Amino acid sequence: MESTLSLAIALVTAPLFPGIILKVKAFMAGKKGPPLLIKYFTLFKLLRKGSVYSESSSFIFPLGPTVSLAAALMALLFFPFCGAAPLVSFHGDVIVLFYLLAMGRFFTVLAALDTASPFEGMGAAREVFFSTLAEVTIFTVLILFYRLNSSLSFAEYFRGESPICLLNTSGALLLFVIVSLFMVLLTENSRVPVDDPATHLELTMIHEVMILDHSGPDLALIELGSFYKLFFYAAFISQLCYPFQPADGPLNSLIFYGLITLIYVTVGITESIMARLKMNSVPQFILTSFALVFFAAILTMGVFQ
Amino acid sequence: MDKLLQLKNGRPVERSIIPQVPYGIFFKTLANFVANEGFVVQFFAYGSETKGRYRLLAVVRNTELYVIGTEVGTSFQSLTRAASEKFHLFEREIAEQYGIRPEGHPWLKMVRYHPNYSGEADVFANDYQQPIPGNYPYFQVSGEAIHEVAVGPVHAGIIEPGHFRFQCAGEEVLHLEIQLGYQHRGIERLIPTLPQKRLPLIAESIAGDTTIGHNLCLCQALEGLAGLSVSPGAAVVRTIALELERLCNHIGDLGALSQDVAFTPPAAYFGRIRGDFLNLLQVLSGNRFGKGLIRPGGVCYPMAEEQRGLILDKLSEIIPEIEHVCDLLFSAHTVQARFEHTGTVSSEMARELGLVGYAGRACGLPYDARVVFPTECYRQLPGNCNQLTRGDVNSRATVRREEISHSLDLIQLLLDQRATEAVPVKIEEHGLAPNSLVVTINEGWRGELSHCLLTDDQGRIERYKIKDPSFHNWTGLAMSLRNQEISDFPLCNKSYNLSYCGFDL
Repeated sequence: MESTLSLAIALVTAPLFPGIILKVKAFMAGKKGPPLLIKYFTLFKLLRKGSVYSESSSFIFPLGPTVSLAAALMALLFFPFCGAAPLVSFHGDVIVLFYLLAMGRFFTVLAALDTASPFEGMGAAREVFFSTLAEVTIFTVLILFYRLNSSLSFAEYFRGESPICLLNTSGALLLFVIVSLFMVLLTENSRVPVDDPATHLELTMIHEVMILDHSGPDLALIELGSFYKLFFYAAFISQLCYPFQPADGPLNSLIFYGLITLIYVTVGITESIMARLKMNSVPQFILTSFALVFFAAILTMGVFQ
Repeated sequence: MDKLLQLKNGRPVERSIIPQVPYGIFFKTLANFVANEGFVVQFFAYGSETKGRYRLLAVVRNTELYVIGTEVGTSFQSLTRAASEKFHLFEREIAEQYGIRPEGHPWLKMVRYHPNYSGEADVFANDYQQPIPGNYPYFQVSGEAIHEVAVGPVHAGIIEPGHFRFQCAGEEVLHLEIQLGYQHRGIERLIPTLPQKRLPLIAESIAGDTTIGHNLCLCQALEGLAGLSVSPGAAVVRTIALELERLCNHIGDLGALSQDVAFTPPAAYFGRIRGDFLNLLQVLSGNRFGKGLIRPGGVCYPMAEEQRGLILDKLSEIIPEIEHVCDLLFSAHTVQARFEHTGTVSSEMARELGLVGYAGRACGLPYDARVVFPTECYRQLPGNCNQLTRGDVNSRATVRREEISHSLDLIQLLLDQRATEAVPVKIEEHGLAPNSLVVTINEGWRGELSHCLLTDDQGRIERYKIKDPSFHNWTGLAMSLRNQEISDFPLCNKSYNLSYCGFDL
């Protein structure tokens, strides 16, 4: 019951947080910015509209939004919100989880290629290249976690006697992981400095250009999926920051959502104080996150003892 | 050289003293001229008394302005390949406007997609019943990894229409071809048919962001032919208006550059400051783009103490802010990483293409029409010089920053020192000198603007020729993209911010 409830709260509140990023960015630029609930308004607006399909696209095209939303939703099922047992958990579920997210992306890419637009092909190529690099970081993180806690299940990382957490033993290593995961969050969710979610310039886009042809409810599904994905990464990082004990009850949720808000605010600040990277230096940025985690992983191997 | 007639900016000459030479001499003279630091200001065709024969007129500059004319049939030997790339677009324009074929032109393609004026057979064999310009085989690169990206003419965002065709190998652009003409309105042909009173209105609409610049060129041309003189007070207002226009656009563009690299705070601040300068133009003229300010003979709204005070107050408030925002933009290392070594045009290339304005100055071509061919108050004002001339986006942005502070200095000098009393000009028809030619040049915010007016024996306008600086600089943009990443195109494009409608006419 508690697990279902915390998942439901997460699903309902996820679209709120991107509004925080917009507010922070607006504040930094001396503007008022859109209302906090803007993303809910956008979703309702899109859901009321009709979708337009190109005559040259096939059945793959509408599959993109559906599968990518479903994948993001499923990833959340494995997530132990505030230390509560997740709805689904088994040995090795982390691998399934990250490949579910990859499957969502795979279908988004297919749908983009299905339109045969040169822009979308370009965007798809960039997205696939950059997320392949980000995957290296993610799996190094998993290796590191296996070293720390000998489990391959998302729930077990954060539950039990020695949860993986900044405040526990070997928490210092997690500083690297948190910084790397934040970089992966920016990459995977097409934020500055990797991508610019606000641009209207097709030639510079990565993720946005792949969904140019989607409209109405389809676009709403994509947007919702991207909110969940961003929420997933933010929740992942906040779990690493604080050891949530199921016994603590409502206090947990307070700290959890407080940390999540902090992460979104950090995203907003990052986007306001730096420009986008040149496309050819994006791989460097992503591989930096890998280098950090890899260093942490080496430290666990005991080579320096 | 001895065949060329020296002209003065804005001073009419009788058409009978323009040297009319056989084409061979015309060709040789121009080829020699452009080989030695010479640039083309205007090169166009107009009709002659004999059917099937056309006159060509070239206005060229080094540190002085010269003119030379010739007469040709329906073809002539192209100067583009033999002499210089500087003639490239001018020759294509001649081919399109009068159906005269430049033989041996390396890339003969229409410019704006319209039937010619003379009724000669179309050089490009186009069927103009088909409404779509761009009906044309683009330059293509072939190979396994080559892909083609077509952008426009309808763009995301509110910008003007233009078609860009990229030939790419992966992310790298091998070649960019730019096709314009979607906003061709036929202004050059329209002007001779209109009563004089309407001409400034048309000139103000050639390019909305260069309202003052184009109108100033037109008014100076009419003043030259009608023998009108402009009072010093009116000249001050005109100069201030031209500088305010420069400020609005440079500031707006620095903001847009910042936006394009996703660095939002300066984008917002620059946007607000641009609005402040548009409002100053409104203080001066009652219109945020300076429409209705300049008319032949002077200005409609002389500057009173009230306006002078308003402008001075606003400037003293805004100048520290501009400094501050410029520092914010230019000191951010992530922005520097995007601007530097992006979209570089070498100095040799810029010289060969004849780039003008900030695009040229950023490549180390110091030409500024305010210094070389001064009009209005510019003779008494100091020029500017640029430090950073590497030809990349960073140089173009820095040149604009330097021009912003230069323009602010100029406005303050004018406001501090000069009497600005003037009588509002009355709008009336003026008799123009018959059988004359006048060429006017001004440094608009994008660069050298030039209008050229030929009158017939009745003093009516026979041919009106307009050249926006974009006519020179679009090729510069295409060259900037060579071997660049395609994702940097928007940034390069914005660093030039060329006019589509000023080109399309």
